[in-house]
Amino acid sequence: MSSGPEAATVIELRGITRIYGRGEAEVRALDGIDLTIRAGEFVAIMGPSGSGKSTAMNVIGCLDSPTSGEYLFNGVDVAGLDRDQRALLRRHYLGFVFQGYNLLPRTPALENVELPLIYKGLGAAERQRRALAALDQVGLAHRADHDPSELSGGQQQRVAIARALAGSPEVLLADEPTGNLDTHRSAEIMELLVRLRAETGLTIVMVTHEEDMADYADRLIWMVDGKIADDRPTKRGVRHAG
Amino acid sequence: MLGETIRLAVRAIWRNALRSFLTVLGVVIGVAAVIAMVTVGQGSSAQVTQDVESLGTNLLMIRPGQRQVGPNRSSETARPFDLRDIERLIREVPAIETASAAEQSAMSAVSGSYNHRTTVVGASNAYLDATDWALVLGRRFLSGEEQGGRAVCILGETVRQELFGNTDPVGEKIRLETLSCEVIGVLEAKGASSFGSDRDDIVMLPVRGFQRRIAGNTNVNLIYVAVRDGASTDVAKSEIEAVLREMRRIGLGEEDDFNVMDMKQFATMLTGITDVLTGLLAAVAAVSLLVGGIGIMNIMLVSVTERTHEIGIRLAVGAQARQVMQQFLVEAIVLSLMGGLMGIALGLGLAAVAAQVMAIPFTPEPWVVLGAFGFSALVGVVFGYFPARRAARLDPIEALRHQ
Repeated sequence: MSSGPEAATVIELRGITRIYGRGEAEVRALDGIDLTIRAGEFVAIMGPSGSGKSTAMNVIGCLDSPTSGEYLFNGVDVAGLDRDQRALLRRHYLGFVFQGYNLLPRTPALENVELPLIYKGLGAAERQRRALAALDQVGLAHRADHDPSELSGGQQQRVAIARALAGSPEVLLADEPTGNLDTHRSAEIMELLVRLRAETGLTIVMVTHEEDMADYADRLIWMVDGKIADDRPTKRGVRHAG
Repeated sequence: MLGETIRLAVRAIWRNALRSFLTVLGVVIGVAAVIAMVTVGQGSSAQVTQDVESLGTNLLMIRPGQRQVGPNRSSETARPFDLRDIERLIREVPAIETASAAEQSAMSAVSGSYNHRTTVVGASNAYLDATDWALVLGRRFLSGEEQGGRAVCILGETVRQELFGNTDPVGEKIRLETLSCEVIGVLEAKGASSFGSDRDDIVMLPVRGFQRRIAGNTNVNLIYVAVRDGASTDVAKSEIEAVLREMRRIGLGEEDDFNVMDMKQFATMLTGITDVLTGLLAAVAAVSLLVGGIGIMNIMLVSVTERTHEIGIRLAVGAQARQVMQQFLVEAIVLSLMGGLMGIALGLGLAAVAAQVMAIPFTPEPWVVLGAFGFSALVGVVFGYFPARRAARLDPIEALRHQ
């Protein structure tokens, strides 16, 4: 396992705040977050609703900019990047998996997986090769021609994971990836993530509200009221560290 | 990347084929209307030019003009010509081959129990030379008949048909109101002019007879002049103008009180009218193109709203605002170009049918077709811009949340 104190720091948040609205209506979704995530770590973020875990995810995923604080990605401050620069960062370093799968409807699995590669500017043949390889990694190469509506929820989420992987990101951000799945399928997805991490050295940050799912990670961050209330290794994490 | 975007746009359009078709219908109709109008207009201009030139490119027409007189410069019709003016013109302008009066009056021609309303023309044989008009039966006027203004007449084909059917009328008598005259010849058929008037609906009398027995004066209000082969009509025209100014005692600096028009000018004047009409109709048609563009904008806005979630996904995987913008702009342009192509096909089809029905040449102009194509691309850009910009400005988090 590549995680551990000796691995390089990928994500470093210093005093990050994210404030919505102004004056009376002001909401401090993030209130001074300090967080360091190293390459190859699998971090789960939990917390009651409204605790800011989704906002934290959006800031880490560069979908949103913090109101103040420093965000170092691979040592580079990305807090002040504009929309298009953040898009480039997402394109080249980040992959997303969402609760609702977010696949393009009426579009075959293969083309869904190709989507980030289009924006990377790859040619059609290379895109197809990489997308098929990614589908193969999640065990769905034989479903490449199927539309999302022809796939089960678990399969759709695996296509979404393949899409996130196709661009060879450094960090995979998963926002309640098992939220729409039953226990059995959820376990399959989590085992897939664990395996992919082991195979590729991917860093994974996952928001969840199910402790069973968080147990697959090796570190659990507990958020309350926009602050980190607890940050400790999970049982698995302890086992790995040991 | 652009190829990819175009492929994507075509697929998005195809996915909603019916809606896309209805969306571009406005552009289809607009483009078709513009193309049909302009093509038919061009065809009728060509027809007019052709008709006028068939009268003879060496033909000049002289009319008395309008003149402004008096302290408050009220306008009055200038003094008409008379037959001596024509003789003098022929004598003094060597470029003139021949010249004839062409006085006209609408009258009923009667033969037995048949009655036909027609145009009676008072002219000389020179009129037939100037207009290059041959006889199919009988003979022209004898010089004695011309000098004496005898009651003899030459019939156009239409009048012959109306009064005598297919029989030979030479030697028969017809009555023009109170005047009884003998038919001495029949003109060859010329068919309809470009304005729909029947050129064969004519009865020709010697001009002196016309003046004395019908007009009751010696006025000449229209002179046809044939210019000698090889002589320039422009030179002939200015010589005629000089002689007429002298004859009519027009001082230096005063304006002509007559018009000398050659057929080229006449054609230009007439095509000028059809061109203005064509322009007006095309402008009205262009408005429908504008309305079509608004239809595209409307549906593109609906499409952006419907596909907000898709836009969110694209932004999440790293699409930049510019790329989302390009996607929707290209879609609008492809949509309106498809409409443009359909409109071009429909418009040319309509124009071809209209040309057939109106018996005018079908002359599709490449610049009209290219212009319409370019304009429909412009419609796509202009009316696609606003929806595309709206799509590009979506916030990725909001867009992803939108279901």
